Amino acid sequence: MAEHRLKPLTPLGHDRPETVSIGPVTLTEVVDQALASLAARQGREEEVAQKAKAAGIPLPAAARAEPGTPYGAFWLSEQSWMVEAPYASHEDIRAILLPLFGDAASITEQTDAWVRFDVSGSDLSAMFERLCNVDLRAAPDNLATRTVIEHMGCYLVRRARDRLSVFGARSSAAALWHALETAAHSAY
Amino acid sequence: MTQSNRIAGGQIDRTRTLSFTFDGVAYRGHPGDTLASALLANGVRLMGRSFKYHRPRGPISAGSEEPNALVELREGARREPNTRATVAELFDGLSADSQNRWPSLSFDAMSIKDRLSSFLTAGFYDTTFRWPASFWEKVYEPIIRKAAGLGAMSRLEDPDQYDKGFLHCDLLIIGAGPAGLAAALSAGRAGAQVILADEDFRMGGRLNAETHEVGGMTGAGWAVQAVSELSHMPNVRLMPRTTIIAAVDHGIYGAVERVSDHLAVPAPGKPRQILWRIYSRRAILAGGATERPIAFENNDRPGIMLAGALRAYANRWGVAVGRRAAIFTNNDDGLRTAADLKAKGVEVRVIDVRKGEEVVDSSGRLGLKSVTIRSGGRLETFPCEALGVSGGWNPNVNVASHHRGRPVWEPAIEAFVPGQGDIPGLAAAGAAAGRFSTRAALETGAAAAEEALSDLGLAVPARDLPQAEDGAYAIEPKWYVAGGKGRAWIDQQNDVTLKDVKLAHQENYTSVEHLKRYTTLGMATDQGKTANVLGLAVMAGLTGKSIPETGTTIYRPPYTPVAMGTLAGRSRGQEFKPKRLTPSHHWASEQGAVFVEVGMWLRAQWLPRPGETTWRESVDREVLQTRRSVGICDVTTLGKIDIQGRDAAAFLDKVYANNFASLAVGKCRYGLMLREDGIVYDDGTTARLGEHEYVMTTTTANAVLVFRNLEYARQCLYPDMDVQLISTTEAWAQFSVAGPNARRLLQKIVDQDISDAALPYMGCKEITVCGGLRARIFRISFSGELAYEIAVPTRYGDALIREMVAQGAEFDAVVYGTEALGVMRVEKGHVAGNELNGQSSALNMGLGKMVSRKKDSIGMVLSQREGMTDPDGYRLVGVKPVNSAEKLTAGSHFLDKGAAPVMANDLGWLTSVVYSPHLGSSIALGYLKKGDERRGARLRSVNLLAKTEVEVEIVSPHFFDPEGERLRG
Repeated sequence: MAEHRLKPLTPLGHDRPETVSIGPVTLTEVVDQALASLAARQGREEEVAQKAKAAGIPLPAAARAEPGTPYGAFWLSEQSWMVEAPYASHEDIRAILLPLFGDAASITEQTDAWVRFDVSGSDLSAMFERLCNVDLRAAPDNLATRTVIEHMGCYLVRRARDRLSVFGARSSAAALWHALETAAHSAY
Repeated sequence: MTQSNRIAGGQIDRTRTLSFTFDGVAYRGHPGDTLASALLANGVRLMGRSFKYHRPRGPISAGSEEPNALVELREGARREPNTRATVAELFDGLSADSQNRWPSLSFDAMSIKDRLSSFLTAGFYDTTFRWPASFWEKVYEPIIRKAAGLGAMSRLEDPDQYDKGFLHCDLLIIGAGPAGLAAALSAGRAGAQVILADEDFRMGGRLNAETHEVGGMTGAGWAVQAVSELSHMPNVRLMPRTTIIAAVDHGIYGAVERVSDHLAVPAPGKPRQILWRIYSRRAILAGGATERPIAFENNDRPGIMLAGALRAYANRWGVAVGRRAAIFTNNDDGLRTAADLKAKGVEVRVIDVRKGEEVVDSSGRLGLKSVTIRSGGRLETFPCEALGVSGGWNPNVNVASHHRGRPVWEPAIEAFVPGQGDIPGLAAAGAAAGRFSTRAALETGAAAAEEALSDLGLAVPARDLPQAEDGAYAIEPKWYVAGGKGRAWIDQQNDVTLKDVKLAHQENYTSVEHLKRYTTLGMATDQGKTANVLGLAVMAGLTGKSIPETGTTIYRPPYTPVAMGTLAGRSRGQEFKPKRLTPSHHWASEQGAVFVEVGMWLRAQWLPRPGETTWRESVDREVLQTRRSVGICDVTTLGKIDIQGRDAAAFLDKVYANNFASLAVGKCRYGLMLREDGIVYDDGTTARLGEHEYVMTTTTANAVLVFRNLEYARQCLYPDMDVQLISTTEAWAQFSVAGPNARRLLQKIVDQDISDAALPYMGCKEITVCGGLRARIFRISFSGELAYEIAVPTRYGDALIREMVAQGAEFDAVVYGTEALGVMRVEKGHVAGNELNGQSSALNMGLGKMVSRKKDSIGMVLSQREGMTDPDGYRLVGVKPVNSAEKLTAGSHFLDKGAAPVMANDLGWLTSVVYSPHLGSSIALGYLKKGDERRGARLRSVNLLAKTEVEVEIVSPHFFDPEGERLRG
C-alpha cells in the first residue's frame, strides 16, 4: 500500500492490540484482518458462486463460517457473506475483490466497521452463556451467527471447539471488551 | 447460647461449628443449617413481629413459603430486608436482625395495635383515611407506613454484581425431590440435555425431611446417590440454590441462581445471583407441595408450625422445636410427624380431626406454652412448646399456572392440581401433581421424563426405580375451628383473620379477586402460599359455593421474591448501556472536551479553552472562529448506509420523498424521508459514488431506524428490486471541515485538487490524503459555510484530526462540538431533531416542494391528506426578540398581543433556541400558524412554565447568509 503519514489506532485506542488471560481463557484484540461484505445481485447468484470458487473465496451455508488462505468467509444473510483476508496483503480489500466479481455482486469495505476479539480456551460456553443467547454446547465448530451482547449487536464466529471470534461495532470496542472480561471473571 | 434443642440425627455437619448473631446475640449452628433451624436449635422461636398488629411470630414452615420469619440479613450496604430465615443458609459470621419492632423484638411498643384490633379490621385504612383527601400522601400514608410494614432498606448502593444468562436444554426439571430425581435419572441416562433446578441448597426435596426408606437406604441417602450419579453425566446440569421463578412463552423459564448468598461476601469478580433465561424443549414441574394450616383461635404463636415443618426440623436438621409437642391433623401425613417425633424422644399428643378432636386455643405471650383441646365435648389444656398443624397439602401449582391457566380441584386430596396443558410442554409430577407417596412421586417423575423423551424422539430407557413407601393419604376436610371468640389467623404475613374473610363476605366482596384486595389475603412476599386455599375455602363455606366454583386468584411470577438488583443485572451505573466512542474521542478527551450522550454515542459538546468560565464562551468562540476561518467537527456518528444494486436509484426514489434518479455520479443531494403517514422522520445527504453505488447519511439519532426501515422496504415492499444494503457508519471516520478557509486547510491534507472546479458544491469523490491513504470527500454544508466532509478508514480518524489541527494552526482553525453545530444550523434555518418531532410534515418545515408528486414514494400519498396540506397550518419561521437583550425560551408559545394564554389562542411554539454570537442575540426556530404570511409580524412568546414573556418578531428562518453565497464560495 501507499506510504502515508497517518498512524493507525487499534479499536481499543492503543498502538498495539490488547490481550489478557482470565482463568482458562485468553481474550485478544485482532487488527490484522481486512473485511468486506459480499452480496450477490439478484439473478447473479450462480455466477457469484462460480467466481468465488475460481478466486478461492468460500461461500459457507447459512449460519456457518469457512476458513481459508488468503480468504475465509462467514455467512451474514441470504446470499450475503463477510469475506476475511489478511490486512497486510488486502488492506484495500474492496479494490481487490471488485475485479473478481464485476457487477455480479455488491462489495463493501467493512474492515474498520468492526472490532474483532478472539476468545480461546476450554469450556467457552461457561463464559458465553452469561453473554448471549447462543447455545455453544450444541453449536457446530464452524458456527457463525448474529447475536446481542449487553445491547450490542455482534457476530459470533466459532473457529474451533476452543476458539471463537466476536465481531462488534468498532465504536463500542471498549464496552464489548469490558463485557467479555467481566463475563470471564464471573464464569471462571 | 447452647443449642439446647439440638437432637440427634439430621443432615448437618456437626464436625464444624458456625457462629452467628440474631438481634446482636451470639449463637452457634452447623453447616447445613438454615438461620431458622439454627435459631430453633438454640431455643429461639420468636423471630419477628407481624405486619399489621405486631404480633409475636416464629416460623411456621421450613421452606420458601414462610410468611412469618422475615429478617434483615447482613449489615451495611449488603443488608437485605424481608429475608426468609427458613431458607437463609447459615454461614460463619452471619448477622441477622428482626424487623418491624421497636424498641426490641420481645417488647414492641407498636403491639398496642394488637389491642386495638377490633378497630383495625379489613378495609379500615381505606374507609377511615379518606378525608381530607389531601392528607393522604403527606400525613396518613407516612404514619401508616411507619407503623406497619416489613424491613428497612439500607439506602446504600448494592456492592454486589448480578449476572444474566441463557441456558438451553431438552428437559428442564423443576424440583429435585423424588419425582425430579427420578425424572432426571431417566432423561439423563437416555442422553437428553437436562437441567435439574432446585431452590434448596441440598437436593432431595422431602426425602431429606422424611425417615422412609428408599431402595433399602434412607431417603436422604438415596438422594445423595442419585445426585452423585447425575453429577457424573456431562449432559445433566445440576442447579441447586436455583428457583424457577416464571414460566414464560415458548418453553422459556426464568430462574434465579443464588451463587453467593451462602457466603459472607461473594468471591472477587463473582456475581451474587444470576438471572437465567432457560430455553427448554420440555419441562417437568416437580416442585412438591405446601402444607396448609387449620385456622383456630390464637393459632399464630411462635412454636405453632405446619406439622411437616416440625418433622423436617427434627429429621433434617436435628432440632426439636419443643420437648413436648402436640399434633393437630386432619390427615395421615400429620400422624407421620407424631411418629417421627416420638421416635426422637419427644413427648407427643395427637389431636385428630377425624376422631372429633380439635385445638380451640393456645397460650403463651412470646411463645407457645399450651394448647386447649376440645375432645368429646370436653376442654382440656395440654402444656407444650410446639404444635404441628396439618390441614392437608396443596400441590405447588404456581409455575404451571403462569399462563393464566386455572388449576383443577382434585376431591381425593381436597386440593388443586395443575391444569393439563396450561403450559405447552410442561407436565407435573409427584406431589406437584397431587401424587403424595414416595413411590408415586418416583413413578410419575419417571413417567413424565419418558413421555418427554418420546416426544423429543429420544430412546426411552427401561424403568429402574427403587422400592419406596406407597402409603395412602386419607384426609377429611377441615379448614377452621368454629366458635372461637378470638382471632383465628388465615394469612399470617398480612394478618388476615377468619373474621376479616367473614367481613369481606358481609361487604359482598365474595369474588376471590375482591377478597384478596379487600383483605390483602395472599399478598406480599409469600404471595399467600400457606393462606390462599384456606382463605378461599372459608369464603366458599360462607357463600355456599363449592371450592372449585369459588376458584383461585391468578398466579403470577415470580414464584418467590426476586431482588431488584437481580432483575437489573449488569445494567446499572456506567454499565447501564454501552458507550460508543467517536474516532476523535481520545484526542477530544485530551483537550478537556465536555461530552454529551447522543443515543449511545458520546460526542464532544464543546471544547473549553483555559480562561473560559461558561459554556457560552466556548460555544461562541467555536462558532465565530468557524465562520471567520475554519472549524472541524467529528460527524462520524451520522448513520452511513452503503446502497448498491441495479435498482439502487429506483429504491432511493421510493424511500426519499424527493427525486434521486436524476442524481449524477460524483454528486450529493439532500433528501427527506417520510413515514408511511406522510410525516417527515429523517433527513440527510446521499452521495452517488458509482453507477449502482450510493452512500446515504442519516441523522445520528435515527441511524438504526432508517437502516431497519430500508431493510423492511427492500425485503418486504420491493423484493423484486436488486438492492443490497450494509451499514458503514463505523467503517469511516468522518469530519466536517467548514469555514472560509476550509479548502485551504484541506488542500494541505488532500493529495488531489479540490478547487471549486475540481470539486464543486455538492460534489463528492474518492481521494487519497496525507500521501496515499484512501479517503472520500463530500462538499456539503450544514453550517452554511464553505464546507466539506472528509472520511478515512476509522483506524486513522485519530491521526487525521491531529493532522488537521496541526495543519490548521496557520488559519487559527478550531474544533467545534455539537453545541456550536446547533447554533450554526439554527442560524441557517436547517431543521433537526426538535423540528423533526414526529408530527410535522415537509410543508410545515417549508420543504413542501421537496415532496415529489411525479413519482411514488413512501408517505407521499398520505402527505397530501386533508389537514396535512392546510394552508392555515404551521410553517417554520425564524424568531428574534424585539429587544435583542431579551432571552427566548424553547417551548414558549406564540400569542397575539392581548390574547389570553389559553389553547384556543395558541398560534404555535418555539422549537429551537440558541444564542447567535453572529447576530448578538437570542434567536429561534418555531412552528407558527400561517407562519409564511406573518413575516415581520410582532407576537408574544409566552412560557407559562418558565414564567417568561418576550415580544418577538417573525423573520425568515435563514438568519445568516440567506442567499447561500458562502457555501458556494
